[in-house]
Amino acid sequence: MSTVLEVRNLQTHFFTRAGVVKAVDGVSFTVETGKVLGLVGESGSGKSVTGFSILGLVDPPGRIAGGSILYRGQDLAKLSEEEMRDLRGNRIAMIFQDPMMTLNPVLRIDTQMIETVLAHDKVSKAEARSRARDALGLVGIPSPEERLNAYPHQFSGGMRQRVAIAIALLHRPDVIVADEPTTALDVTIQAQILFEMQKLCASQGTALVWITHDLSVIAGLADDIAVMYAGRIVETGSVAEVLDRPLHPYTHGLIGSVPSRNARGHRLRQIPGMTPSLLNLAPGCAFRTRCARATDACMAEPDITTPSPGRAIRCFHPQLELVA
Amino acid sequence: MSEVAPIIQLDGVSKRFGKSLDFAARTARSISEALGKPQRNDIVRAVDNVSLSIKQGEVLGLVGESGCGKSTIGRMVAGIMPTSDGTVRYRGENVAELPPTEARAAKLAVQMIFQDPFASLNPRLRVQDIIGEAPLYHSLVSRSDWSAYVDEQLRRVGLDPGYKRRYPHQFSGGQRQRLGIARALAVKPEFLVCDEAVAALDVSIQAQVLNLFMDLREQLDLTYLFISHDLGVVEHLSDRVAIMYLGRIVEQADTDEIFGRPNHPYTQALLSEVPRIEARKKTFAAIAGEIPSPMNPPQGCHFHPRCPHAMPRCAQVVPTLREIAPGHISACHLNDKS
Repeated sequence: MSTVLEVRNLQTHFFTRAGVVKAVDGVSFTVETGKVLGLVGESGSGKSVTGFSILGLVDPPGRIAGGSILYRGQDLAKLSEEEMRDLRGNRIAMIFQDPMMTLNPVLRIDTQMIETVLAHDKVSKAEARSRARDALGLVGIPSPEERLNAYPHQFSGGMRQRVAIAIALLHRPDVIVADEPTTALDVTIQAQILFEMQKLCASQGTALVWITHDLSVIAGLADDIAVMYAGRIVETGSVAEVLDRPLHPYTHGLIGSVPSRNARGHRLRQIPGMTPSLLNLAPGCAFRTRCARATDACMAEPDITTPSPGRAIRCFHPQLELVA
Repeated sequence: MSEVAPIIQLDGVSKRFGKSLDFAARTARSISEALGKPQRNDIVRAVDNVSLSIKQGEVLGLVGESGCGKSTIGRMVAGIMPTSDGTVRYRGENVAELPPTEARAAKLAVQMIFQDPFASLNPRLRVQDIIGEAPLYHSLVSRSDWSAYVDEQLRRVGLDPGYKRRYPHQFSGGQRQRLGIARALAVKPEFLVCDEAVAALDVSIQAQVLNLFMDLREQLDLTYLFISHDLGVVEHLSDRVAIMYLGRIVEQADTDEIFGRPNHPYTQALLSEVPRIEARKKTFAAIAGEIPSPMNPPQGCHFHPRCPHAMPRCAQVVPTLREIAPGHISACHLNDKS
């Protein structure tokens, strides 16, 4: 297994009139060929901004203020817009939550897909069209040849998301960043998309960064998991390790609040309070105000510790006992 | 049936949505009729002959995918949408035939909580007016007690009464959902229709709001119709579950029964595809196909084009809901054989 993407101490800050919002503040992780990393967090945790940063899609007032994003040894954070455009959609692709963000409503699917092919490869239009058709077939769209002539509004939500995935796959990218791609879909359609993605990663060796708030999806899909809270990764490790033996109190609380982890009809174990505003966040552990284990030590910023190989946490008081 | 009438009972309720034809469309229609061409009816059968009853103090979970008509049922139960066919009974009385005063009381007793806490609160009203307007109008509180009453409503859902002069945009998603709950409870309802009430919330906030629902149920002896696509949430909260597919109820049973022994092929598929946190590197096996358009649903059993067990009969005859175990009903032709 080779590391295809390595994010080191990434800092993406938004410089607003009200102050600096540190949406991503010192995030590090690696993704290997053919592996799925689940990036989990609640709204405002910075998980989407991390994804946008990898693709170089952070708009002012936001910018990458520090750290590096190494794709095969090349620092994406230092590339010019032109060099980035060469990679984006070609070697690194993104799938968004709302497929209508990817698709142009007034262009036919074939126009949009052929354009994507021709943007990076010098091939004939006929060749580009046949590649587009193959990509649609790959994501399970029935009769792809006819569907190429359709407009986005003629597809259902699940089918649109498949088209968005097909566009991401056109250049057989090494890395796909998927930002909540199944959140808006129904259960049976979500299962279909997860099924296709799993197949693709296995067969093409694509590394996948799957951004979601849904731990249950990650449990079935990902190899590794990184839990984000208030702009920082608080815990990483393999899916089995993190979900079965969460060490950080936040991960612990998050898993505990999933209804199936609780006895039916009883109160859910809940995390009190709510996620803090990232604007002028007080120093120290951002979770301490909601944490049952917090002490005075938490007023300082916890460093990353590695309690066992492959695991890392940011906490002074990790939860060492097993989850009930 | 028990001797006490269920708090809410739906008898053969249907809801059809059609578009009204304008002059040009009517003319075109009469011409093509005169020419003897077949007529196309653009009618959506959102809800098709649904019967349900909900007992006092019970939580009924209504599960289905988008477009299956579950929200439409919720709206008809809450009385904010008329039925096309069938009757909605509140404590045994047909709501549509009650005299005005009693009809109003029946409507007040059934309140609804909506999915989107951003769209369901008037952004230009202060919190105290959002919550306090209805009880004042319905004379549930006098003007002198009004302020204290609003405070009490806020406190009950876990919000600080000091916030009552704020506007909705000053609250987070979870707090807004609490405001929606406080507004519904302010008119002292007995029955709440929760339409995807926690779907828009983050996991940790969702747990808080679900706990609030469970606490309120105990404190106020509430009955819920809990509409959701999230089987995990429904399993946790409900006593009984009804599964809908394309406007019809396909299966209904006690929660343990339906999650333990799902009978209908759709229920089985749905349950097997719910992502579970216990799963590790699961191979997702998708059921083929999409949910058909309710404008043009398949003949016979609506699920047959996607069903792995479909027989020729399924394409012709609509299966009826039959009791397959005490309190467990399912609409599938497979049950006829055994």
